[in-house]
Amino acid sequence: MMARGVRTIVRLGVVLSGLTALSGGSVMAQSLAIASSAPVTSIDPHYHTFGPNASLHHHIYEPLIQRDAPGNLKPGLATSWKLRDDKTWEFKLRNVTYHNGEKFTAEDVAYSLDRVPKVKNSPASFQIYTRAVVAVEIVDPQTILLKTATPYPLLPQDISQIFIIPRSLGAEPATEDFNNGKNAIGTGAYRFVSYRPGEKIELERNDTYWGEKPHWKTVNYRIISNDGARTASLLAGDVGIIEFVPPVDIPNLRKDSRVSLSEVVSNRSIFLWLDHSREGPTPFVTGPNGEILEKNPLKDRRVRLALSIAINRQAIVDRVMENTAIPTGQYLRPGAPTYVPDLKPQLYDPERAKKLLAEAGFPKGLRISLHGPNDRYVNDAKIIQAVGQMWQRIGVQTTVEGLPWSNFVARAGKQEFSAFLLGWGVSSGEGTNPLRAQIATWNPQRGLGTANRGRYSNPAVDTLIDQAMATMDDGAREKIVQQAMRMAMEDVPVVQLHLQKNIWATRKGLSYEARVDEETLAMGVKPTK
Amino acid sequence: MLTWIVRRLFQAFFVVVAMTVIVFVGVHVIGNPVDILISPEADQAERARIIAEMGLDQPLWKQYFFFVNDVLHGNMGRSFVFNEPALKLIGSRMPATLELAVTAVLFSICFGVPLGLYAGLKPDSVAGRAIMAGSILGFSLPSFWVGLMLIMTFAVHLGVLPSTGRGETAAMFGIQWSFLTWDGLRHMFMPALNLSLFNISLVLRLTRAGVRETLPMDYIKFARAKGLTPRRVILVHVLKNIMIPVVTVVGLELGSTIAFAVVTESVFAWPGMGKLIIDSINVLDRPVIVAYLMMIVLLFITINLVVDIIYTILDPRVRLETKA
Repeated sequence: MMARGVRTIVRLGVVLSGLTALSGGSVMAQSLAIASSAPVTSIDPHYHTFGPNASLHHHIYEPLIQRDAPGNLKPGLATSWKLRDDKTWEFKLRNVTYHNGEKFTAEDVAYSLDRVPKVKNSPASFQIYTRAVVAVEIVDPQTILLKTATPYPLLPQDISQIFIIPRSLGAEPATEDFNNGKNAIGTGAYRFVSYRPGEKIELERNDTYWGEKPHWKTVNYRIISNDGARTASLLAGDVGIIEFVPPVDIPNLRKDSRVSLSEVVSNRSIFLWLDHSREGPTPFVTGPNGEILEKNPLKDRRVRLALSIAINRQAIVDRVMENTAIPTGQYLRPGAPTYVPDLKPQLYDPERAKKLLAEAGFPKGLRISLHGPNDRYVNDAKIIQAVGQMWQRIGVQTTVEGLPWSNFVARAGKQEFSAFLLGWGVSSGEGTNPLRAQIATWNPQRGLGTANRGRYSNPAVDTLIDQAMATMDDGAREKIVQQAMRMAMEDVPVVQLHLQKNIWATRKGLSYEARVDEETLAMGVKPTK
Repeated sequence: MLTWIVRRLFQAFFVVVAMTVIVFVGVHVIGNPVDILISPEADQAERARIIAEMGLDQPLWKQYFFFVNDVLHGNMGRSFVFNEPALKLIGSRMPATLELAVTAVLFSICFGVPLGLYAGLKPDSVAGRAIMAGSILGFSLPSFWVGLMLIMTFAVHLGVLPSTGRGETAAMFGIQWSFLTWDGLRHMFMPALNLSLFNISLVLRLTRAGVRETLPMDYIKFARAKGLTPRRVILVHVLKNIMIPVVTVVGLELGSTIAFAVVTESVFAWPGMGKLIIDSINVLDRPVIVAYLMMIVLLFITINLVVDIIYTILDPRVRLETKA
């Protein structure tokens, strides 16, 4: 009785699934459903500097300079750019039209740059990318000059973050009018169709697009933030591609014949900050018996190095990260511009670590509380637990505390912790970005060391950073940046752990060109064959 | 009756005020939304500028004062994250949650009451025992796990139902609803079932307990002795009398199903309010948190009011006015 019932249900299931397959089949060839992992907060391309937004916006709008999958700059709405003199950049513009048929000209570039600081209530403004430009000069409709106050070699990287919108949108177009589609006009490969916050964005191919014609006529860009649900919707065939594949599912997906994976090492490194801000006792480090130490032991390079070489990075990558990361000794991925080839991940050597601790005056070890977020990075809470156990082995008694990001980030910003886990994604793809934000001495007046939460300070490195920022020649600058990075990393300001891999899973028969910048673009999803 | 309702509304007002104060203080203690939302590359001056623009540099009492002032002018504030009015944001997500919660509560009544009745009338039968055993599972299995199992079974292995999302919608009263389209109903079935499992078990157990308690009563015996059909005895005399606790629980559960459907909503990527409020709490989007909780407080108060009124209909002994 029971068995027959089950069989009937299964048979019914087969029949129904046959029906759904038939109905979906004809549409499938032309439409693609993407499962994105985080909600898009706005269709306004100048409202919020936020990865998931940029990923969607690249379908609709275009910047002057684009990035290819490995993260190198390539022409976008600008066909070429060059330095006229140390403070003037010349951009030659492409002759293309917007979705509404208007022509794209230099006026639109000036208009977009001008709008960025005027966007109201932006929680994370794009001003940080336009601030270097002090004057804009339109030479002709196809040529524009951008001027900076001082020589600024990173202007192309910054400009690649700014999407261009038509000036016909008028003075101060409202963010809400982008969300309802009225202002969602760009030059990109897809046109905006509809936006349902927290649910999905529908896009339609722009058949007059200047570049390579994308394969998919319509794109359903869905938001599925729950990890398990994202994987399940791929397995069920409801979506063609998912981003941020959860590491726990990867071993099974590799074996699954319905699915293929594509991956690339990213420029997002995970590391531990150590407290450099205090000369005296640091709140979460004490002697082996809990006694308060007069001096902050983390100011001693030998202690920092001991904590670094006590960590078996390969074990973390293999066991905790399920091989979705590679061990690292610096912020950038191998092969990225300004990557330092001879700066290897620290080798695991617990014996030497113990010796270093003894030399530094702690033969009986230390007590440390290691903090970290538990909802921010891939397996963040598990990573600090693993590190805690490894430190334990060299005599550093470690307690581990994972906190929600909303609480953690506020406290980390006030230097409340002694050792804590953070990550940094290098958006510019080259070394001056982490050097200026993370390693440079904290200096609000000059806007340096903005993410230097450990308050590391090394005047020799600072000098090199300044020198690099004044060097307009790419080759010469690369050498200085590499020298600065090597000097800094050898001093162990942070304990580098690993670089995450960006992983996508597609249905069999589709392929995705894995991108370093974590973006999921319908243009990159292609049928194999 | 009228004075009683007015008194209730007056109480509600104080609950709302207390709640907003708690949210303001609570969010302030946890951290600063700008730290979470701001681009990691923004410098110190940019951070200070944004904090000032959002008014977060003001002392807390001043921020609260501005908020109250805005509310009195009919403005509930704008989301820090979406830059849309908080009420509009919640309103756009509400239909999805409402239809899911109402369906789930309907499921719990349609399954819970008959099953409970059966288990109460035939407590020693195999089926009766199986129903009771099954209800324990309904209570104790975590709903995110059940949700994923449903997806794995019906969407991945059998392929009969869509795994996630809301599907096609159709407009009624200018609002998009899923239950008006076949595709929407297919999308809604699993999340609604998932959401209702706990409530089915709850209603089932309450019904059974009520039936067991009522059956030996004199008036039931009398009704039987009068020669009424078993059908009439059960449907009119038993069922009507055990409905008071069931109505209370269904009412309260409707409220909490609407307010806290978040687990089901995230497993099924259902774009409802629960998902919105959790995301908002994670980024400390205070205007949305406050507006949402104010709405939920009002919702609970309204439901309680309705439940109390239904009491008086079900049981004439219940009076709303307390004698002074």
